[in-house]
Amino acid sequence: MSTVAERQPSSGSASLPDGGGRARRRRRLALGRNPIGLLLSAPYLIFVLAVFAYPLVFAVWMSFHDYFFAAPGAQVERPFVGLENFQEVLADPAVIRSFGNVGIFLLINVPLTVVLSLVLATGLNKVVRFRTFLRVSYFVPYVTASVAVVGVWLFLFSGNGLVNQLLGPLAPDPTWLINSAWAMPTIAFFVTWKQLGFFILLYLAALQNVSEELYEAAATDGAGKVRSFFSVTIPGVRPATVLVLLLATVTGANLFTEPYLLTGGGGPNGASASPVLLMYQRGIEQGSPDVAAAIGVILVIAVLILAWIQRKVAGGDES
Amino acid sequence: MRSTRKRRLLAATAVSATMVLALGACAGGGTETPGADARGDITIWYSNNESEIAWGKQMVEAWNADHPDEKVKAQEIPAGKSSEEVIGAAITAGNAPCLVFNTAPVAVPQFEKQGGLVDLGTFKDGVSYIEKRSGDTAAQYQNADGKYFQMPWKSNPVMIFYNKDLFTKAGLDPENPKLATYDEFLATARTLVKSGAAENAIHPSPTSEFFQSWFDFYPLYAAETGGTQLIEDGKSTFANKDGEAVAEFWKTLYDEGLAGKETYQGDSFADGQAAMSIVGPWAVSVYKDAVNWGAVPVPTSAGTPADETYTFSDAKNVGLFTACKNKATAWDVLKFATSEEQDGQLLELTGQMPLRTDLTGTYADYFKANPTYEQFGDQASRTVEVPSVSNAVAGWQAFRNAYSKAVIFGEGDIPTALSDAAKKIDALVAKE
Repeated sequence: MSTVAERQPSSGSASLPDGGGRARRRRRLALGRNPIGLLLSAPYLIFVLAVFAYPLVFAVWMSFHDYFFAAPGAQVERPFVGLENFQEVLADPAVIRSFGNVGIFLLINVPLTVVLSLVLATGLNKVVRFRTFLRVSYFVPYVTASVAVVGVWLFLFSGNGLVNQLLGPLAPDPTWLINSAWAMPTIAFFVTWKQLGFFILLYLAALQNVSEELYEAAATDGAGKVRSFFSVTIPGVRPATVLVLLLATVTGANLFTEPYLLTGGGGPNGASASPVLLMYQRGIEQGSPDVAAAIGVILVIAVLILAWIQRKVAGGDES
Repeated sequence: MRSTRKRRLLAATAVSATMVLALGACAGGGTETPGADARGDITIWYSNNESEIAWGKQMVEAWNADHPDEKVKAQEIPAGKSSEEVIGAAITAGNAPCLVFNTAPVAVPQFEKQGGLVDLGTFKDGVSYIEKRSGDTAAQYQNADGKYFQMPWKSNPVMIFYNKDLFTKAGLDPENPKLATYDEFLATARTLVKSGAAENAIHPSPTSEFFQSWFDFYPLYAAETGGTQLIEDGKSTFANKDGEAVAEFWKTLYDEGLAGKETYQGDSFADGQAAMSIVGPWAVSVYKDAVNWGAVPVPTSAGTPADETYTFSDAKNVGLFTACKNKATAWDVLKFATSEEQDGQLLELTGQMPLRTDLTGTYADYFKANPTYEQFGDQASRTVEVPSVSNAVAGWQAFRNAYSKAVIFGEGDIPTALSDAAKKIDALVAKE
């Protein structure tokens, strides 16, 4: 009898402590309320685990071991070395300098990106004629390969380039990209210009969600265009600003192509070397992926701290 | 009881001795490398420049015609930031080809450490073949234990190319350029720039990549020292009067604006932006129609005679990789590809110098028919290779960083920069 009772289908009442109910609860605990959702999200979950989570965990593991790439089947020892790789990295002036360099880069690039993309997106939002042409114009540098655009900037900022010809006696000596003081700011301007189109698009999308009634109400209260911008537009696009801050910081911290190509490997004298460029040199060129992984782990921690601060300061919680 | 223990001890000793002997045999050479006797089809990679592709194709065609059961399939090295990165990745993935005819000597210690390369001495005639073909030069391609993990293949001994038209424009004698000593070279450079004939007298790449010093400091250092490598017997050699003299020479060129500090987009020599360049014989065919050129050995402080001047070899070698299943075939193909006949084809089709003894004598007809290559053929017998040491790339990067700071951008003094770089390099070489 008890067997029959256990096999009876559940009536659907959660209060019944029968076996079917327990099994369903166990299933629900394991698979959630909508198991089909798990199925649908599985491909992306697998992608995230394989492409982001596994490499990150592996990089952390590498940073604590004497690791190098070896042929399959090769008998190699990869002993645990504790914090040795981190000690080596933190005692290396070139690594410290690269973090300083990327700090300078972010100090210039991130605020400039936020301000310019917001102002230009607001302008573009109001423009009636040539709107598509202007949007495409801003977006073209973003979709163009860095390798191609770098050639143009090298031409513009070389000693005899257009920029120096326009500046005349005000041109820096040595010229921009071989000047220790100007190399990193020049790269920051380049990256800002190149990525502006993408961030303008983000702001344009956010601006569509700012109600026109708010502007009308502000105008009724006597607010001019500038006041409306500060009192309506900026608070209205705050979620987008948090996103722009975060993306600009993350992409900026991963700076590689520009110092690799624009300043010929982080020159002059390492003034434009970035942590990721050093990771490439140490990990790929010099065959020390353990040291490169240690730089990477420090970089990830630094970016996470920065992102947390930005979120707190820019009000990400409210979004 | 005691006798049982004795028997166990004897048995254990016998087993241990067998294992030690077996391991010793593996380490000591012979044909114990897995697949060393295996034959069959193999894959090879070669460089992606036009002339080497032509050479590679005819070599493979010639081999395949006579070896229907051991076919060679050839392809260009897959695209990447550099060949070394592609090869390194292939080693790690376990899909490296049998042979790569473009293995940079600087990367060989790293490939060896990865377990990616076969010690060619494990083939019975390995060492004798290499040393018979390349003579004394072969020693530069041994690792610290005296083993050959690379087959010395071809060199591109670098010399000073100069633009005769720009020399004429500057009022200099294009047929007898004064470029033998540092003083002569500097005086000529000043004349070239001051006359407006060229914006720069010479323009080696001023960028920070580890290999750039092979085309400014190193050839002159090899010449100044009569053939000393940057590192010998595990120790840096350049933090001395010779190294300082070479560095001071380049610093003067940069300080006086005779050499460009900026990256030039394109070929500064072909564009007439620089009157001189440091290049190897590959450039002969490249500049044939573009520049009215001449070539002289690199300068030294005292003006060493041309037939005694050393330079950087800029060699590319051949690696036989552990991922190869049919290593016996690969070794035979390697010997075929570096035979007298195929080396002749290499010379004919690429203008690059096979690393073999008596080059000018062996191919006398070629050099007679192509006199522009004769001085490169002669120079090929006096070349210096990058040292085959552990952490070689890191060492060259340390050198480049110091050189770039003190010489190109003139920060700090040269003796201190060289001494600091030497300490860093010595520590890197000592590290496994």
